[in-house]
Amino acid sequence: MLRDIYYNIIDFIQDFGAFVLFSLRLFMYSPMALIKRFGLVVAQVHNAGALSLVIIMVCGFFVGAVLGLQGFSNLSRFNAEDSTGAVAALSLVKELGPVITALLFAGRAGTALASEIGLMKATDQLSAMEMMAVNPIRRVVVPRFLGGVISMPLLAAVFSCVGILGAHIIGVGLLGIDEGSFWQQMQQAVTDKDIEEGIVKSIVFGVLASLLAVWEGYSAIPTAEGVGRATTRTVVLTAITVLIFDFMITATYL
Amino acid sequence: MSSSSDTIIEIRDLHYSRAHRPIFKGLNVDIKRGEVTAIMGPSGTGKTTLLRLITRQLVPDQGHIYIDGIDIARLDQEELYALRRRFGMLFQNGALLTDISVFENVAFPLREHTNLSNRLIRHVVLTKLHAVGLRGAADMMPQELSGGMARRVALARAMVMDPDILIYDEPFVGLDPISMGVIVRLVRKMNDALGISSILVSHDVHEISTVSDCSYLISDGKVAAKGSPQELTNTTSDLVKQFMYGMADGPVAFHFDAPDYAEQLLGRDAE
Repeated sequence: MLRDIYYNIIDFIQDFGAFVLFSLRLFMYSPMALIKRFGLVVAQVHNAGALSLVIIMVCGFFVGAVLGLQGFSNLSRFNAEDSTGAVAALSLVKELGPVITALLFAGRAGTALASEIGLMKATDQLSAMEMMAVNPIRRVVVPRFLGGVISMPLLAAVFSCVGILGAHIIGVGLLGIDEGSFWQQMQQAVTDKDIEEGIVKSIVFGVLASLLAVWEGYSAIPTAEGVGRATTRTVVLTAITVLIFDFMITATYL
Repeated sequence: MSSSSDTIIEIRDLHYSRAHRPIFKGLNVDIKRGEVTAIMGPSGTGKTTLLRLITRQLVPDQGHIYIDGIDIARLDQEELYALRRRFGMLFQNGALLTDISVFENVAFPLREHTNLSNRLIRHVVLTKLHAVGLRGAADMMPQELSGGMARRVALARAMVMDPDILIYDEPFVGLDPISMGVIVRLVRKMNDALGISSILVSHDVHEISTVSDCSYLISDGKVAAKGSPQELTNTTSDLVKQFMYGMADGPVAFHFDAPDYAEQLLGRDAE
């Protein structure tokens, strides 16, 4: 029993050390990759970003629509239904935009990254690159990481915008809130600092989600089961990490 | 160490363990320049592991591997990559990059390591694809190829940087007789026409005897026998005979270690 705990601790420290080294190499190679492998990075922005647009927009719209409904029904108890726009925008820009986008990103793009890299490992494609004197971290991992890091804040912005549109359609179009009040209250309530908080969160979550996805793929056991497990771990770890970091960033902005 | 000019790779007293299980226990192998050297052995003897050690994808626990007299353990990352450009390796399943076409797979090392113009790259790639008979498949994707075709494309890719040493990992596994014949002829043709040295890992005794100059039979972590295909066929060693003639039982036991048969069938566990 004690022996198992001991070995688990040793394994955890070894894995964590490998993860830190991997991350350092990734950050070290990233600036050069933006110049030398720009085409590959653009292709990955398309893969991780453009291909996630539909899911992000659909989810953003319905989250915004729910905020419109909830905002109206709860605020109308205090005769403050005109503030629905402000509540929806603040919730989306500061909190729901970055967090839900990161969770959706982990489910759509993160799993794709982890399984793609894991399968490349399982089919010896990464070893073949090593044998051709091509560093697979530079060629395969870094462009995918950067693609995710660039896409995430853009997707979060799209999510928030579509969400506000959803809240507007429900609040103004369906429930009859005054349009002028809706936008005016929103403009008054949302400050530059709120937008900054949203941007910082989406960048941090983008780095976390992309880093965890490429790490899980790269360190996957090269079997069907190993790649499957890596994909699951990507979603679970990203969700936990994003929520922990969300709490910490929110606390620093209070 | 002694580095004679006709030996391109020397392996000396190699020890390697995986998960506390010894794979090699003092292995000594010489790969001669310009020859096709076969590494044979029963499944699980570590043939592929040996290739990964030679190319330093793995690091030995003890012992040395010299390539042209240079101890590869002492190379830094840059020197190792420079050395690897002298290698071409054919993986068991081809290991083609699945997101790019056949043409781009063969062009891959050229695009990564040279500044050749697109026109010149096209010329070199088509020449190599022609040599393996697949110039017509240049625009296909790896998923559209049969197993034999994928391995021929991988061979074209392995040759594209004009390596000194070509390494084949189980090139004959799972191929139909025609594809196998094609690969056997290509191995010999490439070796002789390009003046390179080839290392071939396989357990297809018949194919190896038609293509190799020298064969090593590895068993229990050491070299069990060494010689030309003729010498191995005429051997008196029970182990070599068992391997060369495919006998089910012999020094390599048919049964994996297990408790007594009757006891296991009738013992308490059976209830």
